Amino acid sequence: MQTMSEIRLGPLGIIPPGEGRVYSVDGEKIAVFRTRGGEIYAVQAECPHRGGPLADGLVGGSTLICPLHAWKFDLKTGQALFGECGLKTFPVSVDKAGQIILLR
Amino acid sequence: MEKKKLVVIGNGMAGARTVEEILARGGGEQFEITMFGEEPTGNYNRIMLSNVLNGSYKEEEIFLNPLSWYEENNIRLHVGKRASGLLRRARLVYGEDGVPEPYDKLIIATGSRAFIPPMEGATMADGSLKPGVFVFRSLDDCRKIAGWAQGKHSAAVIGGGLLGLEAARGLQNFGLEVHVVHIGGHLMPQQLDSGAGAILKSSMEALGLKVHLKKNTSAIIGPDRVLGLRFADGGSLECDMVIISAGIRANWEIAAGCGLTVERGIVVDDQMRCPDDPNIYAVGECAQHRGHMYGLVAPLWEQAKVLADHITGKNTRAAYHGSKVATKLKVMGVEVASMGVVEPQTPDDEVVQFSEPKRGTYKKLIVRDGRLIGGILLGDISKAAYLIQTFDRNTPLPEERLHLLFDIGDPPKQVTFAEMSAGTQVCNCNGVSKGAIVACVNSGRRNAKAVMDATRAGMGCGSCKSMVAELVEWACGGDTEEDPSVHYYVPGVPLTKPELIRAIQERNLKSVSAVFDYLAGGREDAASKPGLASLLKVLWKGEYEDEKDARFINERVHANIQKDGTFSVVPQIPGGITSPAQLRRIAFVAEKYHVPLVKLTGGQRIDLLGIRKDDLPKVWHDLDMPSGYAYGKSYRTCKSCVGSDFCRFGLGDSIALALKIENEFQGFDSPHKMKLATAGCPRNCSEAMVKDLGAVAVEGGKWEIYIGGAAGSSIRKGDILCQADSHEEVLKYMGRFIQYYRENAKYLERTHGFVVRVGIDNIRAIVVEDSEGIAGRLDREIAESKAAYKDPWKDAWLPEHDNQFASVLPILQ
Repeated sequence: MQTMSEIRLGPLGIIPPGEGRVYSVDGEKIAVFRTRGGEIYAVQAECPHRGGPLADGLVGGSTLICPLHAWKFDLKTGQALFGECGLKTFPVSVDKAGQIILLR
Repeated sequence: MEKKKLVVIGNGMAGARTVEEILARGGGEQFEITMFGEEPTGNYNRIMLSNVLNGSYKEEEIFLNPLSWYEENNIRLHVGKRASGLLRRARLVYGEDGVPEPYDKLIIATGSRAFIPPMEGATMADGSLKPGVFVFRSLDDCRKIAGWAQGKHSAAVIGGGLLGLEAARGLQNFGLEVHVVHIGGHLMPQQLDSGAGAILKSSMEALGLKVHLKKNTSAIIGPDRVLGLRFADGGSLECDMVIISAGIRANWEIAAGCGLTVERGIVVDDQMRCPDDPNIYAVGECAQHRGHMYGLVAPLWEQAKVLADHITGKNTRAAYHGSKVATKLKVMGVEVASMGVVEPQTPDDEVVQFSEPKRGTYKKLIVRDGRLIGGILLGDISKAAYLIQTFDRNTPLPEERLHLLFDIGDPPKQVTFAEMSAGTQVCNCNGVSKGAIVACVNSGRRNAKAVMDATRAGMGCGSCKSMVAELVEWACGGDTEEDPSVHYYVPGVPLTKPELIRAIQERNLKSVSAVFDYLAGGREDAASKPGLASLLKVLWKGEYEDEKDARFINERVHANIQKDGTFSVVPQIPGGITSPAQLRRIAFVAEKYHVPLVKLTGGQRIDLLGIRKDDLPKVWHDLDMPSGYAYGKSYRTCKSCVGSDFCRFGLGDSIALALKIENEFQGFDSPHKMKLATAGCPRNCSEAMVKDLGAVAVEGGKWEIYIGGAAGSSIRKGDILCQADSHEEVLKYMGRFIQYYRENAKYLERTHGFVVRVGIDNIRAIVVEDSEGIAGRLDREIAESKAAYKDPWKDAWLPEHDNQFASVLPILQ
């Protein structure tokens, strides 16, 4: 069984509210979103449909819309709101120092 | 729980249908149902009476609910017993035998009876009809007529309406010579105009009927049985029998007798309840709703559903809003369809008409603001289904009116949905087939939006949206659920555009997050964000609080995203006019940033494709040209032909006009993109006639302004808004239209859809003739928007966030 390790990505404040940004973790691109409601989510960076850059998408609540063809996903579960392909999600949180902590 | 007592007075089509609807909603569990029916049978289909009279149906074939149905559903039916009294205080209904029947809820469905116009000799001293005189309302009437007609020579029908003609047809089968005597100027005045009436008369006469128009019957002659008719003009007609079919009157006596409000019928509210007594409902021909009474079954079915929803508590908010009346019928083998009004009602109503009396064909449509408000089809009713649907739903008509009346010409418009194979691709962007859409409907999604969300059909370029919506309706068999969000400006805020604008202004909401907080209960909706951002920018201009996350990525980084996540950069080149120096600069940038593709655009500009997000600010810096807005839901560009300087045909200076237009409207946010062009002569080399807005020079120093053109996924020639005498006038009218469009179009509605929806005449009245007195305000809004314009590529020096253009952030341990 693979063990998960904690990775500090940097300060939360670097991501503007309501937007996403991409981090490269050991060669794997991961999109991290900070919602206006104060939640933080991490998912694979590329859309399973045609590889769209998900961090450039629109976020409302926990719904994410891919910028290329408007596929919709639930950031909490990674599930596509239509179609079958979902997103890989990563546990992510913010520590007391305001640092983004990703489990991978 | 003890069941409540429900009493229904009347066992005709309205009463029985309403009880069926109540049972379908589980009403059998709630109510102990008792019905009074005057006729000695179960409920039958009254519409089919003429078929019984003419012998094509047997009596038992038109029964809807046999007596056994009442037993099976535990309904106590007082068959052959009229309800004669009603005591509201005591909640009792009396049968004519005096037996009381208590109720908790009461439904009055007493229907109507034949109206007998005032004339001498129709009745005998005891008030009964003179032997040989009949009305035609029930199976019993049918039997009496058939009995009398045996061995007779001639009959007269008083009344040339639908029912009268049907009775006449029935009488012909007994070998009688049949006369129709009608007081009006043409037959079937409810459904036809005089032109159609005249053609119908010829068709009827060809079938052997004698039609007498403008004949007012003053007396029925004969001491103890019918011998003939006498008319007010002094003429007379010999006949052996008379059927009076001169309209109907509601049976409201039982309601009036206990103080319920009665006008022409029993007055009901939108729940079919009597306003004076919440326990009493009325339905069908006896009921009067919002001043209207209906004699057709379709409205009755709608009323029955609402009543049942309400009385069972299944949906206490169910409301009947009146019916749009449309009929399709056969009169003596002649097919007729009729809907709405039969004559134009205002001077602006448009009439589309075709008449071919020799072949008995007549077609007439009455159009108001691009929508059908009435129509008549006679002889050929092949277009009836389409037209009745269009009328009923109030959908906009296609521009090409001819196709409304005929299936003609070139490639057939489309195969019907039934003919279409399941594999046929309906949405060409996302590859969604008819079969997939139908399967989605069958899985329980009953409106277009739900199906589009689930299948992605119509979510690409959007040009198939209306077809998807029609297909969904077809697949639902007409039983669609309305999705209220179709009326909203954006799905996530439950307000129409005018309501939304008012709320935003009243509460001074200047950011998208504030709109969600105050107008959507704090619920963010991702898909609604860009539409709200666009509207707020239009309303607040420089005061708008830009939140980047509300913008689509293109507007966040002022470039157009490509399939690989890179961007395209299109600098401003108004009118397609550039210079060697500009071209050198563009070439330099293209080489420096290894731009993989340099391409001329359709808008006469130069596109640098494949630029990394991180490089965008540097590219703009090195270009040192303003943004061309090739990425926005906004004013895009104005292209131009060569115009009058060099072209030997040029009538007007289209280049100078294009430059002024660009300077006036650059960067304007709008519901969808706006592409413009100017043409120096009507040869239209710059395709100005198929642009969102276009100006075409014509002889005499004038410009024709076109709006609502399209040459993308939809193709449409624009409509001429007006002529302008100068460049400045062109700017003025274009500006007004642009502002009107910005304030009134739905988000992502292109000008071609908007112009069709609102109507060019309305737009011209508002924008050119200032019919609403808002032209001055529209002009000011445009001036303020222009003053607030800032070139977004200046962001290169002042990015909103340090990492606004970063494609990957570094991990800061």
